[in-house]
Amino acid sequence: MTEPITLQQDETFVLNVGPQHPATHGVLRVKMTMDGEYIYNAETVLGYIHRMHEKMAENRTYPQYMPNMGRLDYLSAMSFNHGYALVVERACNIEVPERAEYIRVITVELNRIASHLVWLGAYVLDLGGFTPLMYCFDDREQILDLLEAVTGSRLTYCYFRFGGLYNDIDDDFITGTRAFITHFRKELKMYAKLVTGNVILMKRLKGHGPVDQNMCQRYGATGPVARGSGINYDVRRNEPYSVYPDFDFEVPVFTEGDSYARYLVRMEEMEQSLRIIEQALDKLPDGPINPKKKPKLIKPPPGDYFAAVETARGNFGIRMVSDGGKNAYRMKLRSPTYSNMHLFDEACRGMLIADALAFMGSLDLVIPEMDR
Amino acid sequence: MSLTLFNVVLAVIIAISFVGLNAAYLVWCERKGAGLFQRRPGPMENGPWGLLQPPVDGVKLMTKQLLIPGGVDKAIFMVAPVLAMFPALISFVTIPFSENIVAHPIDVGVLMIFAFAALGGMSLLVAGWGSRNKYSMISSVRAVSQTVAYEIPLMITTITVVMISGSLNLGDIVQTQLGGFWHWNIWPLQKQVGFNLLMPFSFLILFVCSVAETNRAPFDLGEAESELVAGFHTEYSSMGFGLFFMGEYANIVIGACLTVILFLGGWACPVGDLGFFPFTHHVGWFLLKIYLIIFVFIWIRWTFPRTTIYGLLNLSWKYLIPISLFNLLLTAGLLKVF
Repeated sequence: MTEPITLQQDETFVLNVGPQHPATHGVLRVKMTMDGEYIYNAETVLGYIHRMHEKMAENRTYPQYMPNMGRLDYLSAMSFNHGYALVVERACNIEVPERAEYIRVITVELNRIASHLVWLGAYVLDLGGFTPLMYCFDDREQILDLLEAVTGSRLTYCYFRFGGLYNDIDDDFITGTRAFITHFRKELKMYAKLVTGNVILMKRLKGHGPVDQNMCQRYGATGPVARGSGINYDVRRNEPYSVYPDFDFEVPVFTEGDSYARYLVRMEEMEQSLRIIEQALDKLPDGPINPKKKPKLIKPPPGDYFAAVETARGNFGIRMVSDGGKNAYRMKLRSPTYSNMHLFDEACRGMLIADALAFMGSLDLVIPEMDR
Repeated sequence: MSLTLFNVVLAVIIAISFVGLNAAYLVWCERKGAGLFQRRPGPMENGPWGLLQPPVDGVKLMTKQLLIPGGVDKAIFMVAPVLAMFPALISFVTIPFSENIVAHPIDVGVLMIFAFAALGGMSLLVAGWGSRNKYSMISSVRAVSQTVAYEIPLMITTITVVMISGSLNLGDIVQTQLGGFWHWNIWPLQKQVGFNLLMPFSFLILFVCSVAETNRAPFDLGEAESELVAGFHTEYSSMGFGLFFMGEYANIVIGACLTVILFLGGWACPVGDLGFFPFTHHVGWFLLKIYLIIFVFIWIRWTFPRTTIYGLLNLSWKYLIPISLFNLLLTAGLLKVF
């Protein structure tokens, strides 16, 4: 149903999907030139919630900028915390204690599962199935409760500190997380049975929204979008950071490149995150969570620094240029869905609007992260 | 003659209250049903188990401002919600709730219901056209092609049943199915046609078609909220929206009534005259059956994701219509033989 079409320009009409539209999950606007229900051309219009996060970095001291990280990708804020902490630690040569690294991994992976759960619920909602959303939010609630107990917030975390963490985890958190893992394994089986195997869902996803390897590379797509198109790349494994090399986990890769492949990648990733959390809880060492020696004032030496982490949506890169002052000279944030989104314009040409919106949902867009 | 007129007026009044009450409380049932499938209690705030929710919703809908967007065709815009409600109400006139409870048994009752159902399809077209909104327009075009595609197998299946019963009168169709559930048209074994294996499939086709006809999930492409915002009623507020809503639920009741009458024996007791129950032929059986069917409607809606318009049309033109046509031929042949 995605044959390219030829038509006269004057037979088309413009359909504004967004900035307020149920399928865009935020203030994204796509200007679609339509031929009936077929998309002739699409143009993404960004910037409706641009908040100048990059400029803010130049006016704030390094610790003051940490809360901004929770406001980019509100669904996987923990990974963004991690990315920023990493780049400043690299710049200032701050050693992170072993225990802090493990807790970082545990919280980031829990956050990744929560993020994927929101995606799953919202995505099936995009396809017209309302019920899975409730189940997903039910499970996510348990993760949020766990994280709230240690971090103090439920969504926009500001948990990481340069060289360590704000708060240590307690036994309640550990037992709670273990209980959640057993519970969630059962839930995942249920999702596989009720949602993944559904005939209508498979019909709507299989073969629809094709993104090939070449297109991913041209647009710089990363994360589940790239892995669903056969690009075997995950920052956690290819450019290891933190204590990820200590863990045994797989990077799910599917070569089909359709919406269903991206769907399966995320479902599989939740299982792998559970494995990582389990291993981290087993290996969790004792000790301090903050370094003994840490500069009072964070003033990285002049230079150009870079760090990248794998968020729930892909590669989050952060490039920091310091002139030796109290705040950064330049902070460039490379957020994953900004690149992933721009595939859409090219890939959705000739699609029906229903398929295009199903495809957009499979890219897992978070608009505040795109606009920054 | 005057008695007939009085009957009809009375019936319309009863039908309006029946439909109104049904629509209001079906919304409540729908929300409670959704709660059941989603591990949550549903409405609980107003009255015990949220039972006062429907009247409160009604007050809200009636007291809100009826917004008419600038530049719409006012007459068309205003007439569309009435068109959605009115045919559904009229259809109740001919539906036999039991042997005696029927407003006006028309000899072409089946035809009348289809005629007014087609009018209901027109209300969607008019609403989309009058709203001056691109989403509404796409939605109404979808809804019309869907209605056309699904009326055909629906009618062919009904003709099959009509051939078996030998009457277009809904009451007579039920009369032929009295005396136990094995006489119902859903089973392959019929006294008139011998053995027709396709009858259960016919029932399924009729059921699928009535889901599609009433624009219910998973076939709610007219109001696919993730694609078309709210479809044809995007621009409607207040009672304009309320009438569409009531029309939808009235159509669900009609669809369920038709399914029960054509295939499930109408008001007949499932075990016939065996004397287990004091009420062998009673309106209670009819209501029980239609609410069971409506429960299945609700169950389906909260379980499946939405199909796409081409998938829906393919299903109708490529599968449902050939199967129902074949069944029609087969039934005609069997009727000739037996």
